[in-house]
Amino acid sequence: MELKTKVSAEDGKHDLVITREFDLPVELVFRAFTESELIEQWMGNKVLNFEAKKYGSWHFEKTDDKGNVVFAADGVIHEFIPNKKMTRTFEMYNTPFGVQLEVTEFEPLTEDTSRINIHTIYESIAQRDQVLKLPFTQGINWAHNQLEKFMSKFK
Amino acid sequence: MNLRRDVFQAIADPTRRAILLLVASQSLTAGAIAANFDTARPTVSKHLQILTECELLQQEQTGREIHYHINAKKMKEVADFIEPFRQMWDERFNKLEALMKNYKPKK
Repeated sequence: MELKTKVSAEDGKHDLVITREFDLPVELVFRAFTESELIEQWMGNKVLNFEAKKYGSWHFEKTDDKGNVVFAADGVIHEFIPNKKMTRTFEMYNTPFGVQLEVTEFEPLTEDTSRINIHTIYESIAQRDQVLKLPFTQGINWAHNQLEKFMSKFK
Repeated sequence: MNLRRDVFQAIADPTRRAILLLVASQSLTAGAIAANFDTARPTVSKHLQILTECELLQQEQTGREIHYHINAKKMKEVADFIEPFRQMWDERFNKLEALMKNYKPKK
């Protein structure tokens, strides 16, 4: 089966490309990326600020059940062309990942389908690899915790 | 909630990693696998069950015996560390797609 979302990250490079095709017209995909109440619903973050314009700034945050901030990121939009392109910086708080440059291109395929291309450039190869490994590491850690809980029932 | 379906949980456990290494060279019965460990037989069975549910192992009936063998395709998925990153984005974009379908103009 052809994968709908593809990630291409070549060895020894400090960038990566995410592509995805949608069964949606390009206008709707662009809205999902640029309207606060929509971003919140699919990204799972709170959008504290999102100025959808050139030189606009944005700020996302995610809190756990107790109200602790578990993720926060912000940046500035450098290029904003509706239904075509958005270029922005992305910086996650309290991480060593540096500032990323994110270039997202929106492309219509047919009247009802479209494709996005997110090109992310990191400050270094090491930072890119750390970000790539994050869900992998989290997967393992999460698994360890759940496994301990789960297996303690069989002691 | 079926936590056992997660392949990363499966490989997070040292005994299960040892089982995978063992079965990688040849398909074995549960008894033959258990013989390699000091762990109690029911515990090994539980590990086999988890590995099978995660599709890292496959069962094959030969006569009265069930042999376990490795599912190379699934193992490759785990070996690729980018896969969880891709899955994370795939899930987000699936959500986006489902959400935005509600905004489609009615024809």
